[in-house]
Amino acid sequence: MNGGDEVGGSGELPQPLDWRFSQVFGERSAGEEVQEVDIISAIEFDKSGDHLATGDRGGRVVLFERTDSKNASGARRDLEGTDYSLRHPEFRYKTEFQSHEPEFDYLKSLEIEEKINKIRWSQTANGALFLLSTNDKTIKFWKVQDKKIKKICDINTDSSRTLGNGSVASSSNSKTTNACLTNGGLPDKVNNSLSNDFSLPPGGIPLLRLPVVITTHETSPVARCRRVYTHAHDYHINSISNNSDGETFISADDLRINLWNLEISNQSFNIVDVKPANMEDLTEVITSAEFHPTHCNTLAYSSSKGSIRLIDLRQSALCDSHSKLFEDTETPSSRSFFTEIIASVSDIKFAKEGRYILSRDYMTLKLWDINMDSGPVSTFQVHEYLRPKLCDLYENDSIFDKFECCLSGDGLRVASGSYSNLFRVFGVSPGSTETTTLEASKNPMRRQVTTPSRPSRSLSSITRAVRRGAAESPGVDGNANSFDHTTKLLHLAWHPTENSIACAAANSLYMYYA
Amino acid sequence: MAMVDEPLYPIAVLIDELKNDDIQLRLNSIRRLSTIARALGEERTRKELIPFLSENSDDDDEVLLAMAEELGVFIPFVGGIEYAHVLLPPLESLCTVEETCVREKALDSLCKIGSQMRETDLVDSFVPLVKRLAAGEWFAARVSACGIFHVAYQGCTDVLKTELRSTYSLLCQDDMPMVRRAAASNLGKFATTVESTYLIAEIMTMFDDLTKDDQDSVRLLAVEGCAALGKLLEPQDCVARILPVIVNFSQDKSWRVRYMVANQLYELCEAVGPDCTKTDLVPAYVRLLRDNEAEVRIAAAGKVTKFCRLLNPELAIQHILPCVKELSSDSSQHVRSALASVIMGMAPILGKDSTIEHLLPIFLSLLKDEFPDVRLNIISKLDQVNQVIGIDLLSQSLLPAIVELAEDRHWRVRLAIIEYVPLLASQLGIGFFDDKLGALCMQWLQDKVYSIREAAANNLKRLAEEFGPEWAMQHLVPQVLDMVNNPHYLHRMMVLRAISLMAPVMGSEITCSKFLPVVVEASKDRVPNIKFNVAKLLQSLIPIVDQSVVDKTIRQCLVDLSEDPDVDVRYFANQALNSIDGTTAAQS
Repeated sequence: MNGGDEVGGSGELPQPLDWRFSQVFGERSAGEEVQEVDIISAIEFDKSGDHLATGDRGGRVVLFERTDSKNASGARRDLEGTDYSLRHPEFRYKTEFQSHEPEFDYLKSLEIEEKINKIRWSQTANGALFLLSTNDKTIKFWKVQDKKIKKICDINTDSSRTLGNGSVASSSNSKTTNACLTNGGLPDKVNNSLSNDFSLPPGGIPLLRLPVVITTHETSPVARCRRVYTHAHDYHINSISNNSDGETFISADDLRINLWNLEISNQSFNIVDVKPANMEDLTEVITSAEFHPTHCNTLAYSSSKGSIRLIDLRQSALCDSHSKLFEDTETPSSRSFFTEIIASVSDIKFAKEGRYILSRDYMTLKLWDINMDSGPVSTFQVHEYLRPKLCDLYENDSIFDKFECCLSGDGLRVASGSYSNLFRVFGVSPGSTETTTLEASKNPMRRQVTTPSRPSRSLSSITRAVRRGAAESPGVDGNANSFDHTTKLLHLAWHPTENSIACAAANSLYMYYA
Repeated sequence: MAMVDEPLYPIAVLIDELKNDDIQLRLNSIRRLSTIARALGEERTRKELIPFLSENSDDDDEVLLAMAEELGVFIPFVGGIEYAHVLLPPLESLCTVEETCVREKALDSLCKIGSQMRETDLVDSFVPLVKRLAAGEWFAARVSACGIFHVAYQGCTDVLKTELRSTYSLLCQDDMPMVRRAAASNLGKFATTVESTYLIAEIMTMFDDLTKDDQDSVRLLAVEGCAALGKLLEPQDCVARILPVIVNFSQDKSWRVRYMVANQLYELCEAVGPDCTKTDLVPAYVRLLRDNEAEVRIAAAGKVTKFCRLLNPELAIQHILPCVKELSSDSSQHVRSALASVIMGMAPILGKDSTIEHLLPIFLSLLKDEFPDVRLNIISKLDQVNQVIGIDLLSQSLLPAIVELAEDRHWRVRLAIIEYVPLLASQLGIGFFDDKLGALCMQWLQDKVYSIREAAANNLKRLAEEFGPEWAMQHLVPQVLDMVNNPHYLHRMMVLRAISLMAPVMGSEITCSKFLPVVVEASKDRVPNIKFNVAKLLQSLIPIVDQSVVDKTIRQCLVDLSEDPDVDVRYFANQALNSIDGTTAAQS
């Protein structure tokens, strides 16, 4: 249960990380307008960390591959091994494809946006990459494979023609169409002549030749949609998560969580349903859900009331009763109109070994130990200086922004985003005071806070509970008075094995390492 | 290069289209692979076509699936059994694709080919193939490997056998759950080929590992292995090795595992024999019947009859029946429905007295269930009970409930009852039927729902067949004909429908004397729908009645209708007239 999660471990504190800029993709030049469709809406590293996928509001998925590892799409043993050189990860553009298109639901008169809400990588197989992508309603299973470019020549019927493999060589399209047309009408003929006692000599006909396929050494990645899982969600899908059994995944919308088999796209099982008999009694919605990284029967989901529920799929077919409930019972010092709104959990993530869960609500990051349901192990203030401005944030709807969160592969640090393209990294080891503020730009340390104060223990919570960030003087977080609510850093991901973070600022993807 | 000769052209096209861009054309070519092979001849098929297929296994799944299927029956085209091994390479690469259905088809074909191969070839080429797949880099290959061990194992040398067993054991411990699942689901098949000495020593060890797997999905496939392995083991070994596992599984934390046990338990009972069934499995089954997960109870309830069949009636009454009583008022309608679909089968097992004492109250309560599926499931199996408890008792106790259902709110329930009326009638006999059901049959004819009226008309026909024209003349015809004065035209139409169905059964005489006057009268109805249905009906009566009647009555009536102001009436009248002329012409 514990293993690699070093949160609870004792020993020397890790040194605070010195973050450096690594790469940027899609950087905006000064004054350039951001196209709505180009805004990144999902980021995810694969299990090995050799690939990174981003999704955008235009329904596209862009893949990046690591350039510094020996063999990016190499043998399975290489992928499984994570013994890399000391160089920091560097990525290059691999390919992109249109995952979702805008649709219209005629029954409900609803437009379905193409925006990619989540991307999750699946098990690599046969040297091909697999991933799930979802918009509000439809989940798709993609296979991306490097295909060797093939040429076909030496045709019986007309050897002067050389057909290119249509998926690759667009220049040969016109020829291909011709070939289809001439051959297209022939199956009938074939059937006729073969049924008309067309006798074949016993030794075969020497004139006939098989097409010759010439394989070139060039490869190009080709993405193909393998399955489409649809018509299972009445509300907007907010999460998808693969199971460790390698055959199932879940999808969660506001009120329900469904369980799918990857190979079966026409049925799913409803495993959580929080829809009240009367919608007027609705007080709480599901905001995020994730499978335990190793226990195939455990999953967690968060709610708009700030709670996290752990459910055990073994207990019953419809898991309406949770097996564990995590709530911050600590009453906030000052209740206000906004207390409930900002309590809503926008994202949860299991740590690698599954003992800890990280959750993000509007103002804080909380780390929970699944063996301790009395309260979070630690709480980190992400942008406490905004508390006096909640009213403004409510008025411009920013208070409903859903920030994601992530954990480092070693479980020693957590990160989440804020406004003005800032994101913060916190050390979670007991006693650690590491708190770094970075800006998604080529100079991330521009607004670095150098003097984090000692963590102040909150009196009411148990021993290890630590509250940090709150004690910082307002304004330390850079230009607190002039924060920009339009440049928000919602999506970010931590490399699974190294200290490297990818984060999205509007249409740009920034990568940092330490 | 010159074009091929004209007669060869179709085959040349077929071959070229193996690589066409249009998937439909490629599919078409692959489906006619045997034609291509015959055109090329055996030798070139072996040396060119098969290698060509092996190299081009990155096609669409549909094409690969078709290829996998074709290759399974390809032995004659490569020159017979001694060349069967050349088919292995393309199938081997199909076994490694990620699409499950392609792999499964390729495995099927490999099994087909492997089982025909000569033993030397098996050792030389099939066994190395199994070993290669089992050591495959990606999980898809290893998953496939699990499915062909049983073919490779037979006819191997002892050394190779030992190697295969240890390879299989490695697959059972693979770090990918998919591979362990494949190993678990194929273990039973593999075990059937393994010598009994190794069964206990090695196979059971693998089995034990799989039953302790931390992935539910692996454990629940191991449940299936229980029954298969149980049948292979000596009874005492089975009791010692399998029984504790089953009992454990029946209390597994995961409801899915318990669900599998509930589905499989009666098979396991056969494997362990009656004594252990009594002492160990009955309590396990009772637990499953009382499981707190509805899905498990559904599975268990659905097997209650099969399970009881393995027990003696006393045991069934003592242990199972109390659970059945509880299930009949289960909170889940699906559980009750599953129970209702099988519970009638328990009547012959328990015998008359116990059925009356114990089952009848359950039948009655299920017949009154608020959920229509439950009621339907009971009604559809009534005949099984009849054989046991006899008609008198059935009629006394069950019939009132059935009569109640005949007036059920849900028309589908009424429909189901109507469909069983002829069966009931034949079982109850004329006398009984008249008292209780006769009136209902007429009532249905005036139901609000068309499907019910239609079914009721059909029912009349089947009753007439069952009890004969004379009875029908007395008990059905007058009531039906009375309805012709019903103020609602849809009900009057039902009379016509009933006549058209009953006329062939009743015969010419009654048709002429009773039906025809009513029909002719109806042709003067004010509603056009009635009139053109009269035309259609008259047409159907033509073959039944004498030619003289046709000429005298029917033709005149149709001629009148053919001058009707309504276009549809004229159309059907003319159609009927044409058919009269047609038959007359044919006769003359």
